[in-house]
Amino acid sequence: MSLWSYIFRRLLYVIPVILGVCGIIFLLFNVVAPDPALTMLDKHATEAQIISLRRELGLDRPLLIQYIDIVKSAFTFDFGRSWSTKQEIFTMIKDGAIPSMTLTVPAFVISAIFSVSISLLVAFFRGGVIDKLVVFVCVAFMSISALAYILFGQWFFAYKLGLFEISGYAYGFPDFIPYVILPVIIAVVLSVGPDVRFYRTVILDEIYQDYVRTARAKGLGEKVIMFKHVLKNAMIPILTYIIIQIPFLILGALLLESFFSIPGLGSMTLNAVNSSDFPVIRAMTVLTAMAYIIFTVVTDVLYTLVDPRVRLS
Amino acid sequence: MPVADTSVDNARFSQMTARKPSKSLWGHAFAQIVKDRMALISLSIVVIYSLIAVASSLGFLAGGWQNEVGASYLPPSAEHIFGTDIFGRSVWDKTIKGTEVAMSVGLVTAVISAIIGVLFGATAGYFGGKIDELIVWFYTTFSSIPYIMLLVAITFILGKGLFAVYLALGLTSWVSLCRLIRGEVMRHKDREYVQAAKAIGGGNFRMLVKHIFPNVLHIVIIHFSLQFQIAIKSEVILSYLGLGVQGRPSWGIMIDDAKLELARGVWWQLGAATLAMFIVVLAFNILGDALRDALDPKLKGK
Repeated sequence: MSLWSYIFRRLLYVIPVILGVCGIIFLLFNVVAPDPALTMLDKHATEAQIISLRRELGLDRPLLIQYIDIVKSAFTFDFGRSWSTKQEIFTMIKDGAIPSMTLTVPAFVISAIFSVSISLLVAFFRGGVIDKLVVFVCVAFMSISALAYILFGQWFFAYKLGLFEISGYAYGFPDFIPYVILPVIIAVVLSVGPDVRFYRTVILDEIYQDYVRTARAKGLGEKVIMFKHVLKNAMIPILTYIIIQIPFLILGALLLESFFSIPGLGSMTLNAVNSSDFPVIRAMTVLTAMAYIIFTVVTDVLYTLVDPRVRLS
Repeated sequence: MPVADTSVDNARFSQMTARKPSKSLWGHAFAQIVKDRMALISLSIVVIYSLIAVASSLGFLAGGWQNEVGASYLPPSAEHIFGTDIFGRSVWDKTIKGTEVAMSVGLVTAVISAIIGVLFGATAGYFGGKIDELIVWFYTTFSSIPYIMLLVAITFILGKGLFAVYLALGLTSWVSLCRLIRGEVMRHKDREYVQAAKAIGGGNFRMLVKHIFPNVLHIVIIHFSLQFQIAIKSEVILSYLGLGVQGRPSWGIMIDDAKLELARGVWWQLGAATLAMFIVVLAFNILGDALRDALDPKLKGK
């Protein structure tokens, strides 16, 4: 199969996946979920009230039309209005994206650099005390609930010691920094455990390959082997792992944002969950799923360009 | 001379092989785990937690968790090792009682996700063709939707409570296992031993259950131990979202309660639940790693 026909087929496969994602969302929210008109009105609502609310929310339309609407929204980003705030959802998302990104992007970049460096170091000392210790600390870090980190961090470092802002947010470039330092630190701590473990496994997988032995046999130094040979090959799975996290940056950090009152998409989603605001939840689900699908395709295509072996199988 | 040497070598070789009978994968794995002290300790912790959960559900332990044992928010002391909560209930008893929810959530979730994952994965891998395409499409689609959104949507539909937590966590966690099983079954189905079984007239069901399944069982076991602890951690998030269990103590609810307590300096509820959870999740993590090292033949000798 030629390169281009592979890429073309891969792009074509996106269509059934998008239709499927919209189908699942449609099934969950429009078909099996309890009638939102009933939950929004109280028990004593009259039949007429229910009917008029259902019409207002567009729930009286044929199911097929409702499904097509969801599919359309995946491309036009026209998600309608929120049920609770009556705002245009697209505007809400636009407003929430910046605060979310001021938190998730630094956290993402810092933890990627930090984790890759630690795992390189650990792989260098593989089998030794440092290696075992770091792996154990990673596992221990992963064994604590995310909520416990946030609660403890906010209470101890911000409230007791007063080192950081307890919560809140300010718009604009330098102003937001004091508000996101602690959330970013917590986010890095949360992701460092699983990340280091994954990167370490990937790097160790390469270290035991024959080409590394060959490189060693011809007298190359350990540093050259590590950076020029091992890291280059380990970079493919590492980059995939990193790229695939990008779509989730838009979803924001649900827990962190709501605890630190950062008015981002995460807080918005949680508020929507608490008030059963289906259109907002649906919009965020569609948006994240679309981003995920696009990024998987991009990684797959990049894969085929970088590594010819993928095309053959 | 060389002839004699070979015979000596042969003799020694057969002696060596006689002294060390070759073990099966499971025999090796068992020996390796018993040798690994950390794994053994972890296994005992899991067993102890399970016993506590069973004992508390039968009422032998922490039966009086609802009773008021002292004033509100008593700090930890010799009498109340983890202090008391807002209603003056013993936090120690609540932590013990919470083991029940945690262990049952872990167990049921892991069982549900293992069943779905194995069924879909084995069907896709074994039959291939259109069925495979359909299942691959389904799990690609399913995994494109963020996990937390699926959780929320499913609990919306099922309502609140323990049953909803089981199903929500179980239904959202089978994709990774399904992928692995599909790949492994695909690798195995064209092997000689399967062909031989087919040649003597074995049906599809027999082939899958009796011949292929034992060869992929280790993947299921590793997934099981991982999923168990992921579910315990996820229960906390669900409790925070207000979608968790109701009317009985759980570690998630205790941790979630701490958001109002910490400002008053009440840290013991958070501490007790986090500690209880930390120990068992860590044990599952170490056990999962040990199982993977012991059962994954690709890792052998590293």
